[in-house]
Amino acid sequence: MILPKTSEITDKNPQVVSGENINLQLNISSSPHIRHSETVPSIMLWVIGALVPSMIASVLIFGFRALFLTTLSAITAVAVEALICKMMKRASTIGDFSALITGILLAFNLSPSLPWWMVVLGSAFSIAVAKMAFGGLGSNFINPALAGRAFLMACYPAEMTSWVAPKLGTISGINGITSATPLANIKSAMANGTFQALDFQDAIINLFSGNIGGCIGETSAIALLIGAVILLYKHIIGFTIPVSFIGTVFLLFWLFNGSGQVFTSGAIIVPFYHILSGGLFLGAFFMATDMVTSPITRKGKLIFGLGCGLLTFTIRKFGGYPEGVSYSILIMNLFVPHIERYTRPKIYGEVKKRD
Amino acid sequence: MARKFSFKGGIHPPHSKKKTEHLTIEQFPAPQKVIVPLSQHIGAPAKPLVKKGDRVLAGQLIAESSGFVSAVVHSSISGTVQSVGPFPHPCGKKVISIEIENDGLNEMAVFSPLLNWRDAAQGELVQKIQAAGIVGMGGASFPTHVKLSPPSNKTIDTLIINGAECEPYLTADHRLMLERTEQLLTGILILKKILSAQKCFIGIEENKLDAIQAVTPLLKDQKYREIKFARLKVKYPQGGEKQLINAITGREVPSGGLPMDAGCVVQNIGTAVAVCDAVIHGVPLFERVVTVCGPVVKHPKNYLVRIGTPLRLLLEATETDLSAAKKVIMGGPMMGTTQSDLDAPVIKSTSGILVLDSVQPGVREHPCINCGHCVHACPVHLIPSRLAKFVEKENMEEAVEWNIMDCMECGSCTFVCPSKINLVHFIRLGKFRVQAMRAAKAPGK
Repeated sequence: MILPKTSEITDKNPQVVSGENINLQLNISSSPHIRHSETVPSIMLWVIGALVPSMIASVLIFGFRALFLTTLSAITAVAVEALICKMMKRASTIGDFSALITGILLAFNLSPSLPWWMVVLGSAFSIAVAKMAFGGLGSNFINPALAGRAFLMACYPAEMTSWVAPKLGTISGINGITSATPLANIKSAMANGTFQALDFQDAIINLFSGNIGGCIGETSAIALLIGAVILLYKHIIGFTIPVSFIGTVFLLFWLFNGSGQVFTSGAIIVPFYHILSGGLFLGAFFMATDMVTSPITRKGKLIFGLGCGLLTFTIRKFGGYPEGVSYSILIMNLFVPHIERYTRPKIYGEVKKRD
Repeated sequence: MARKFSFKGGIHPPHSKKKTEHLTIEQFPAPQKVIVPLSQHIGAPAKPLVKKGDRVLAGQLIAESSGFVSAVVHSSISGTVQSVGPFPHPCGKKVISIEIENDGLNEMAVFSPLLNWRDAAQGELVQKIQAAGIVGMGGASFPTHVKLSPPSNKTIDTLIINGAECEPYLTADHRLMLERTEQLLTGILILKKILSAQKCFIGIEENKLDAIQAVTPLLKDQKYREIKFARLKVKYPQGGEKQLINAITGREVPSGGLPMDAGCVVQNIGTAVAVCDAVIHGVPLFERVVTVCGPVVKHPKNYLVRIGTPLRLLLEATETDLSAAKKVIMGGPMMGTTQSDLDAPVIKSTSGILVLDSVQPGVREHPCINCGHCVHACPVHLIPSRLAKFVEKENMEEAVEWNIMDCMECGSCTFVCPSKINLVHFIRLGKFRVQAMRAAKAPGK
């Protein structure tokens, strides 16, 4: 039996036939004949919308330079993607808005004091190397924004880890933690034995509002949560990855909080401190949930989230580097094909069930 | 509120039933000419018993079944056989059909009623149903007498009547539940008696409140007490045979098996009403309720239509603006088939004629972004996006390994896909290829 080639009977060529009497043009196609209104660009626009609260927070915390760098990064990402499409003589893909998200997310993962040209370089790397070189949207296997961040981290470690004091500190009267990020503080405090639970309780208020040093979009937990609620409500992200990711970090830092105890106030404050600081919320809600680079199955998402959490804990606790979210996600991205292979859902009727 | 029954997966397409759900079923006038196909069921086509020039009566047997899995065919009008030959069929091909010209007399064949059906033997009842040419009227068109004759090694303990009508636009079953409630329930009792099923459920989606209100009070009656009502959550494909079994009994039909392997038989509302007519009045299946609806249909209707009536007449009677029509669909928008020839007739499984004024995106607008919507939507718990990729890369072994053959082609994955990839189309193609490969490998070839 000769079978038609796939391309001949796909949805690309709807056949048009004419009726005899009137000028009737009826389209022949296979079912279903109705579609949901959601499209790839609409998903991406909702993600961008969900990032707006964090954008506003970053301007309040770090000033207009945060907005400038984010815009610059976004424009670079879109321009590089357009350029590459042109070079490859392909239809431009910037209309799906995914490059825009990569640009914004990369900037959100950078220090507000980073020189502008580094931002441009990182954004170009994200799109050109991590995304387009592997076939563009849907084919990239690691999160492009995080790849860009890792690239900049390797090239300019000093600039990437120099932070500025948040502006809100002077307004609210509470002294923000300047020179260093909260995670660097807790790491050195733990190492020196100068850890005081009460100091950190005060700090948690700042962590929630984002009145701390850190990357442009990662500091305000409140703003990130507002965005997360939007994405959860629109079913663009699910609970599985963020809850398992954040939950694992929380649980491990609670059990291994360094004090040797679990139910003291000092012990309980440590995991809160860890989940609210660094890029954990940004990573767990906006980066680890990236559809392209996370598993498609529910069980797979759970394993992915647990893996991210475990790696973040390991890097923060035992590594020389206070932050761990971005590398955890990047490493787990690499495992996605394997996770998907081993978490195939049980199909309907796979095991005979009788009541 | 009573317990709501449902299954895992599925989608929520707009119901689009408002325009027709309140319209009483109207008798559509018998047309000047009918084209009655010999293939209106799954299985071997029927063998014609009449030839050109023969006079036939409405309800007269005109084609006999050619095997066990086959169904007889009756004339739907009285008149003269014009020809027996290939005619347009809703499946898109030309199929051997009997063309009959109406003599306008509407003379009925003599039917043999069976009023004391409760005393009849099960075999006799099945025979009546077989003789009436009844097939599954929800769209699958599987001969009903076959479903009612399970092999002796299978025990059927549950009969489920499918009142979900989860396809958007269609309201034919909904109207039958409202207008022919007694006949429906009698039909169910007959089916229950044939199967000797201990349990019997009628599942209705909770958006058909008036149908629920029409049916449930009667179930309190001594006569119908053995039928239980199951309130179904509104979700597509709630009316899928396997989903309905799972929703109501919690059982799963084993992969590759039939509902009877889970001890269940599922019958459609229209089928149950037809069973009542066939057994009690001896009337064969030669007309059915068809919903004619869609954005360009000026006067949407629920018509009682003679089998063999060309679609064109239904569209003309409803003043459908054909110049604005982009797609004419037989069945619902999720699983219906597009029609290229409006001379194709209404057949036993035609639940609706839908005319759409837009060509929905069938083209891949974006690459797959692995969003997982199709995985959530799949009522069989497959990974449609992966299956589509396997088929596209012609990797059929992997496709089979990932259970491509279990796909029921409900189209939920394609409905939700934000990239507008016609996933179910790839999967259909893949299933077709696997079947062809298996046939080529089969011994004896």
